[in-house]
Amino acid sequence: MELQIDDSVLVKDYINGNEKALEVLINRHNQRISSFIYSKVLDRDVSEDIFQDTFIKVIKTLKKGNYSEEGKFLPWVMRIAHNLVIDHFRRNKRMPMFEGNDDFNIFSVIGDDKLNVEKQIIKDQIDSDLTMLIEELPDDQKEVLLMRIYRDMSFKEISENTGVSINTALGRMRYALINLRKIIEKHNIVLTN
Amino acid sequence: MEKIYSENQHKCKLAKASPETIKFLIGYSKSLQIVEYSNIQFENNLN
Repeated sequence: MELQIDDSVLVKDYINGNEKALEVLINRHNQRISSFIYSKVLDRDVSEDIFQDTFIKVIKTLKKGNYSEEGKFLPWVMRIAHNLVIDHFRRNKRMPMFEGNDDFNIFSVIGDDKLNVEKQIIKDQIDSDLTMLIEELPDDQKEVLLMRIYRDMSFKEISENTGVSINTALGRMRYALINLRKIIEKHNIVLTN
Repeated sequence: MEKIYSENQHKCKLAKASPETIKFLIGYSKSLQIVEYSNIQFENNLN
């Protein structure tokens, strides 16, 4: 008969740095834990994920020296798996998962209005280029443009803040834009996406 | 005629985590180092 090393001994070995002990523990209890998780979630992929998360928790707890239930390794791991299964269902309840099929594809109803990575990079670049160009403007025009575009202030608020009339503020904004276009044309800068 | 209900039994596969998952966990365990500094534990993943 094959001699089986007790779980508690393997746990101690693992805590003391013997990585092989973990492999033995995982292989020994793989089927029981996997079957337990699968019996609850009824999905191979999800049960695989939960199995993995369970052992990540086990590894962290053991390595941090927070494990104290000597001799009760399997029930402890089962409890972690059980809690993760509950977490999974809670998450799913909050955010139900829809699987698309030929008749109905969820992406035809909802869309992602965010920019993709490439477009986001281009947008960021344009924003930063524009910030540098604005710095080139005369101070009075720059002030009005920053207040209007970046702080979203009305021309009435701008005139109150800068102490000039609304018409002057409008004029400065107009010249700011004209000057920006001039700078862009002069330096052959391309700011489109 | 006699019905043999047991014949499908071999089709029932037992749930078991895949060897890849186990390999990943062992690799993760090897790469994980816990460093303690003034009563705070830091997780270091050294790949």
